[in-house]
Amino acid sequence: MSTFVLLLVTGLGLGALYFLVASGLSLIYGLMGVLNFAHGSFLTLAAFAGFEVGRRLGVSTVPGFLASILVGAVVGAVFAALTELLLVRRLYERHIEQVLVTVGLSLATVALFEGIWGPDPIYLNATGWLKETTLILGAPIPNDRFLSIAAALLVLGGLVAFLRYTRYGLIIRAGVENRAMVTALGIDVRKAFTLVFTIGGFVAGIGGVLACHYFGYVSPALGGSLLIFAFIVTVIGGMGSLTGAAIASVLVAVLQQFANYYLGFGDVIVVLLLAVVLLVRPQGLMGRAAA
Amino acid sequence: MSAVLSVTNLQGSIGGQQVVEDVSFEVPATGVTAVLGRNGVGKTSTLKAILGLIHRSGQVLLNGDRIDQLPTHKIVQRGVGYVPEDRELFTGLTVAENLTLAVRQKNPRYDFVRALFPEVTVERAQQRAGTLSGGQQQMVSLARALLNDNALLLVDEPTKGLAPKIVDEVVVALAEAGKTVPIVLVEQNLRVIDTLAEQVVVIDAGRVVHTGPARELLDDPDQIQKLLGVHGEAA
Repeated sequence: MSTFVLLLVTGLGLGALYFLVASGLSLIYGLMGVLNFAHGSFLTLAAFAGFEVGRRLGVSTVPGFLASILVGAVVGAVFAALTELLLVRRLYERHIEQVLVTVGLSLATVALFEGIWGPDPIYLNATGWLKETTLILGAPIPNDRFLSIAAALLVLGGLVAFLRYTRYGLIIRAGVENRAMVTALGIDVRKAFTLVFTIGGFVAGIGGVLACHYFGYVSPALGGSLLIFAFIVTVIGGMGSLTGAAIASVLVAVLQQFANYYLGFGDVIVVLLLAVVLLVRPQGLMGRAAA
Repeated sequence: MSAVLSVTNLQGSIGGQQVVEDVSFEVPATGVTAVLGRNGVGKTSTLKAILGLIHRSGQVLLNGDRIDQLPTHKIVQRGVGYVPEDRELFTGLTVAENLTLAVRQKNPRYDFVRALFPEVTVERAQQRAGTLSGGQQQMVSLARALLNDNALLLVDEPTKGLAPKIVDEVVVALAEAGKTVPIVLVEQNLRVIDTLAEQVVVIDAGRVVHTGPARELLDDPDQIQKLLGVHGEAA
């Protein structure tokens, strides 16, 4: 029982990280049709920024932790906004060029991060509550898992409220359905593009700092490794669906954890799940079927 | 009378394929100007090219100002309302949200559209647009455009696929709207043209092949047969 609970909660914690990356990816693709391969770089830079703040203020103190989350989120948001304004916007509707630019940016930034922080993982040396465990039904759950889950729930609630109750949320929901018609109502949809990129970067930034605590280290490859699974989550959930991303994040991460423990090849199981979803329901769990 | 819209040598393409070859016409400042033609000759594409929804070249003047270099949202902000073919509502949003999104001015004309379409804009305001019937969706699509004070309305096949009773309601709404704003109406139904239009522009193979008073064309069955490929009795 304790093993089951440990795997389940750890899976939920990992799913929370996947969701923090996949939610932005999904909204960006849904609204703009952009497959943003640079999304992992937003996360990695935010993770390093959060790490630097935590190192100076104390990675295990409450002020240090909160400041690292805040700085990570802001750095992720600014990086994402600049990427949209300076690179992606010029390539509107040119999908192949968008992929090439975001892949190029991803490769270049990983090299840049390696130049600044070195290619090897840097371990956090967190102490105190963050590194302790809490017993649930006999299972010792690392406390940082709860933080990831709580952060993902807060982000999910915040994004749902934003999409449902604000004018820009309305524009984004409409734009995900029919971008051209939004412009035909006299709305400059490009502002929504920048906003969605910024929100995606902000959320990925939170995910980056939390990923440091989840894995216990930060490295230039951190974003890339999470991005692969976030893309899988986005496809399984349905491109453009926030709810789909949330459900698929939990599904993929929990399945991965259990398969890793009992079979030893969780990643393969996730890819098989992706294949099954693509064959049976190509639009994903919550996506709209192509007309 | 001066033209509200002046289109000169308009060309348009979709995915590199030319769909509007060379279209020139003028729309007077009042009344309904019908754009006619057989299926697939470029009527819808002409409207989309005017709005910048497809790649286009040529000159388009709105009240004397060039708009052919402007992005779509700026053209619409200058007062060009658009009712697209097949409604194109945001089906996941409610009727009220569809209308809210369309508001461009401080005091939208909610009273006007509620009086025209009470069933959809009042009784079904909180219903998802995708759950409405085709006729109801068309009402919302028209209401979306009529919420604002427009300089010009571009209306694309508003009666397509609708039951005769609903067609009559659409005609009444367009006639009411046409009292205050000039309308460019793409339409296949000659009975609707007969009721609403004062001018016609006939397009064939992406080019204008006839312009003139609607009555003149409708009274000439041979011309209707030649230009539109239908019997004149349909009018």
